[in-house]
Amino acid sequence: MSTTALVGNGPRPTIVLVGHGMVGQRFLEALAERGLTATHRVVVLCEEPRPAYDRVQLTSYFSGKTPEDLSLTDMEFIKDHGIELYVGDPAETIDRESKKVTARSGMVVDYDTLVLATGSYPFVPPVPNKDAEGCFVYRTIEDLLAIEEYAKSKATTGAVVGGGLLGLEAAGALKGLGLAAHIVEFAPRLMPVQVDEGGGAALLRTISDMGLSVHTGVGTQEIVVGEDGAVTGMKLSDGSELATDMVVFSAGVRPRDQLARESGLTVGERGGIAVDEQCRTVSDPHVFAIGECALASDGRVYGLVAPGYEQAETAAATIARDDAEFTGADLSTKLKLLGVDVASFGDAHGTAEDCLDVVYSDSRAGLYKKLVIGRDGTLLGGILVGDAEAYGTLRAFTGSVPPVSPESLVLPAGAGESVQLGPSALPDEAIICSCHNVSKGTIRGAVTDHQCTTVPEVKKCTKAGTGCGSCVKVLGQLVTAELEASGVEVDKGLCGCFSQTREELYEIVLALRINTYQDLLDRYGREDARGGDGCEICKPAVGSIIASLAPTIGASGYVLDGEQASLQDSNDHFLANLQKNGSYSVVPRIPGGEITPEKLIVIGEIARDFGLYTKITGGQRIDMFGARVEQLPLIWARLVDAGFESGHAYGKALRTVKSCVGQTWCRYGVQDSVRMAIDLELRYRGLRSPHKLKSAVSGCARECAEAQSKDFGIIATANGWNLYVGGNGGATPRHADLLAQDLSDAELVRLIDRFLMFYIRTADRLERTSTWLERIPGGLDHVRDVVVEDSLGICEELESLMAAHVAGYRDEWAETINDPEKLSRFVSFVNAPDTPDPVVGFVPERDQMKPDLPLLTIGHRPLEGSAQR
Amino acid sequence: MTLALETTDLKVQLQLNDGEDSWFTVCDLSALLPGRGVAALLPDGRQVALFRDRSGKLYAIDNRDPFGGAAVLSRGLTGTHQGRPFVASPLLKQRFDLETGVCLDDDVVRVATYEVRAS
Repeated sequence: MSTTALVGNGPRPTIVLVGHGMVGQRFLEALAERGLTATHRVVVLCEEPRPAYDRVQLTSYFSGKTPEDLSLTDMEFIKDHGIELYVGDPAETIDRESKKVTARSGMVVDYDTLVLATGSYPFVPPVPNKDAEGCFVYRTIEDLLAIEEYAKSKATTGAVVGGGLLGLEAAGALKGLGLAAHIVEFAPRLMPVQVDEGGGAALLRTISDMGLSVHTGVGTQEIVVGEDGAVTGMKLSDGSELATDMVVFSAGVRPRDQLARESGLTVGERGGIAVDEQCRTVSDPHVFAIGECALASDGRVYGLVAPGYEQAETAAATIARDDAEFTGADLSTKLKLLGVDVASFGDAHGTAEDCLDVVYSDSRAGLYKKLVIGRDGTLLGGILVGDAEAYGTLRAFTGSVPPVSPESLVLPAGAGESVQLGPSALPDEAIICSCHNVSKGTIRGAVTDHQCTTVPEVKKCTKAGTGCGSCVKVLGQLVTAELEASGVEVDKGLCGCFSQTREELYEIVLALRINTYQDLLDRYGREDARGGDGCEICKPAVGSIIASLAPTIGASGYVLDGEQASLQDSNDHFLANLQKNGSYSVVPRIPGGEITPEKLIVIGEIARDFGLYTKITGGQRIDMFGARVEQLPLIWARLVDAGFESGHAYGKALRTVKSCVGQTWCRYGVQDSVRMAIDLELRYRGLRSPHKLKSAVSGCARECAEAQSKDFGIIATANGWNLYVGGNGGATPRHADLLAQDLSDAELVRLIDRFLMFYIRTADRLERTSTWLERIPGGLDHVRDVVVEDSLGICEELESLMAAHVAGYRDEWAETINDPEKLSRFVSFVNAPDTPDPVVGFVPERDQMKPDLPLLTIGHRPLEGSAQR
Repeated sequence: MTLALETTDLKVQLQLNDGEDSWFTVCDLSALLPGRGVAALLPDGRQVALFRDRSGKLYAIDNRDPFGGAAVLSRGLTGTHQGRPFVASPLLKQRFDLETGVCLDDDVVRVATYEVRAS
């Protein structure tokens, strides 16, 4: 924030933007795209203490997103374009006569063009005690921080005033914070703006089933406060009283036009700064208004982000003297509210004359679908509750006569003559991404003319799918269809031997109980690969699938048995990690990182006796390096004898479950994290998966075990455990996402069972949970639907597969040292079993030893990463 | 390379020089698992990696990975690429043609090959 008294008018004309929300940021991007940031000085006055963030996704803060995650502002962008951004310093007065804006800090900026993007403020009904302690609104990150703090320290019950979109999100957030949550809605149904009576009923049922108490058709008359002035309840219009510790007002928003009023700009009767079709205020040609503060030329104030973006583009174009106009926008919306799909588009309420309805309703399944059809068969609009899969296609067809009968569009798959109407049937003018106004033709062009071959490339090229993201699925279908149409073979096959993906091979192996690689290759491999020897890509991948499913498909659970031995990567084949000079490292399992002094001494003695280099790993265990092949069984025998087993440091398998010391010792701990880590490590040990699996358990929110950087991480709460998934460290760090909160021990284990088995079932080869979660359609929401809500009905199967793995676990080291035939493979030379490999040599370093490398004949050129720990 | 008959008495032999009769016996054929390799130490200290594919064919190449320097090619995974048998080094995954020794990922690099038979 600057306190400069006067910032003068430079040689370049100045554009001042008041407000840095989503629409403001979009306006800046539009200025930059048109080159206006180079020719103009651009000054931004922002009231909030942080630059623009994604307000649409605000609620995701409660599911683990940080304010930084929500940010929409790339500070490089601001810097590169020389934009002067002042946060925490709102505009206070506008002097239109002398064209000056004064900020709260006292800074005065001269403008040539002024753009107001002040947004809106939450409407709070004028009821007694509406400002009491415990009353909140739901609009900014700061509001959410305040709600969170109050809910955690002072409340067990919370009520939300308003059953619209934000109200439902707020209620879900309160429930997530552990409160008993109520929703009070004045209208006779939830989401009255978007859905009709039937849709509201389906929604009510689903929301109530989630444990939220819904009160519709009642208004709030008074907030009741206790002696300390804090909220204790609310009086409702039906005479009843609702006891609650906090109230969140979410009863709609009003345009923030105070600044405009004070400076004499014309505002509408019900608020909103009046603008023309170019988004220029009707009162002053030097002043524009965009977004939720503007009253558009069609007499409406738009509270959605997509029309706001369009207005931002229009204003920027007008300033650049290009032709553009904003005459109104489509109010279609698709949301996922508390896990329920809700969508409405076009003339959702059937206000057109003589229009007809086609309705499909199944209150048992929480489904409601309505299409509004014109006399001539034109699709005018519709409402979808519970399943909005068809939204992208239907919205694009709005205004035209769809090529199939309307009823077939709403009937569920499998019922009667339901048809899946793909996006390929859409005309080129159909808008696919309404946030960025991208048509199907533009997306096809990206593939055909700009050689984009993937969804991320198309997103970058066209901006489609980078707004609310609801069109990404349709985008993917279009890209695939277009690639196929232009003759580009989209080969999703695992490798040159199989045309199937890893997921498809998993399904084949499981369904047909195929338990050898050769059988799978000869029956399901590509034509020219059948009967061959496969390759180094599919062999370990199929070996891993067979190992994961071994007890279920009747394969040996021992990876060195029979044909399985020939499928394993070198590390798995030798049950140790190959190092650069051909020696191996050995890592015994130390569950949860807990180890007795006796066992520590054993490790020390073994390392000393075999002359091994020792190092503590990042996973709370001890790695012993420099063992020759023929020493491995001898080392294992000593370890097994002392009660150790394989730590699977060599496998695409569960590695370790780290832990902090937890409640037992730590002053801050709230659960026994060590015990949980040991339990989990012993449960999932030996589980072969598409890639390595790492985990950690923290005993309190201080997170000393770094659980949020793990494939599955657990953090203790006062009430149980929070489960995070999809975290990663390494080269592409990713914070894990919260999957479920406050779980009991049994609930936690059951959820992890399902999560891991679903991952193993659907991930690609060498795809960590973090990339898997980002790749699979629907992302985290889909995974939550499947493993928490059991939307695919497969949870029982996932659990039983895991139960079979747990029951069938055996230690690979112990098994190997007791099998003379397998032991014979652990030699450097088949014709000289007692001779060590002379290439493996060592030289001393820092009181231990290190590999003495043979001279390299060629430079290093790695083909594929092969990190081992 | 010779097609090996499935008999337990058979020995795997390597031809050391050009001479017809200088076959060096390495091990029993049964010590070679289809799809996996073993390493053998020659009298002059050279190391050879021996493989057997699923049809029973035998291959022998130098055991040393020319990229990484370690003698580990016998521990790589084998496969078929465009009809050619290969082994992928366990160090950094470069593939070597088992019949010619040529690296499939960098054709200026090749490892030595040996005649091998079961008899």
